[in-house]
Amino acid sequence: MDLIYKPFPWYLSGFLIGLVMLLLIYMGKNFGMSSNLRTLCSVFGAGKYSDFFKFNWKAQRWNLMVVLGAMIGGFITVHFLSDGSGVNINPETIAQLSELHIDAPEGKLLPDAVFGMENAFTVKGLLILLAGGFLVGFGSRYAGGCTSGHAISGISNLQLPSLIAVIGFFLGGLLMAHFILPFIF
Amino acid sequence: MKYIKFLLVGIFFGIVLTKSEAVSWYRIYEMFHFQSFHMYGIIMVAIFTGLIGIQLFKRRGIKNTEGQKIQIADKDKGVTRYLAGGILFGLGWALAGACPGPMYILLGAGFWSMGIVILGALSGTFVYGLLKNKLPH
Repeated sequence: MDLIYKPFPWYLSGFLIGLVMLLLIYMGKNFGMSSNLRTLCSVFGAGKYSDFFKFNWKAQRWNLMVVLGAMIGGFITVHFLSDGSGVNINPETIAQLSELHIDAPEGKLLPDAVFGMENAFTVKGLLILLAGGFLVGFGSRYAGGCTSGHAISGISNLQLPSLIAVIGFFLGGLLMAHFILPFIF
Repeated sequence: MKYIKFLLVGIFFGIVLTKSEAVSWYRIYEMFHFQSFHMYGIIMVAIFTGLIGIQLFKRRGIKNTEGQKIQIADKDKGVTRYLAGGILFGLGWALAGACPGPMYILLGAGFWSMGIVILGALSGTFVYGLLKNKLPH
């Protein structure tokens, strides 16, 4: 029963994520989530503005199906496969966050201070979410992949460029978490 | 019908990523503050699983469901694009607390403000497409 309603331990999670990647490779595809952003730009007609978006996006429909599935999976888990006892982060982290006026998880996946509707739709809240998304979108295309494409797929295929990208992910992440977030919140 | 299997893989992926809490803003913050092993454990086991699987595919010459021998293209060589792009990505990852997979998953789970993050991610991708030829790679 724990497996149904409780969070997965890290070793099970990691194993199953690795399995998803292997499954996609076995189906003749690849594990890459950020490339869907490029596909969606093409679907919305970005090919008129840059050749980067002029490609046969219909060949990527399978990946959009993965995205649709992932959304359904998220819905199923939050509504039917959790008992609200998760996100047991380090108490030290909670104390640190409270200094930044960010609410403790108490079972929530996301802090209200960032994602709650009353905060997300202030000018500051909107800018934070847009900027975070923008950097992820721009950075992942510039680097040619995100966590799935570089950190999991690339490194497990022993690709040096992916290791460099992941070092970049952490340099940027550490910079944000330690030196920029305290000034934002 | 041929897309059903991808939908199913996606559903499985969405469930796993949510159950693992890798979609949680809190887990990403905690990871970048080295206050838990959780995310590092997930990433390392995922890589290890993938590594073993890919080696098995390659060494046994296993064919994919399309009937072709499994081959994975090498990433283009280089440093600048990976490091610069990686750093920008990391800044966004720690700010929004979500990489692309979790963005979709969380929107599906009903966290509507994640739609703003996705809108940002689409604009970031679009602007990259516009500037691509002017950036060092």
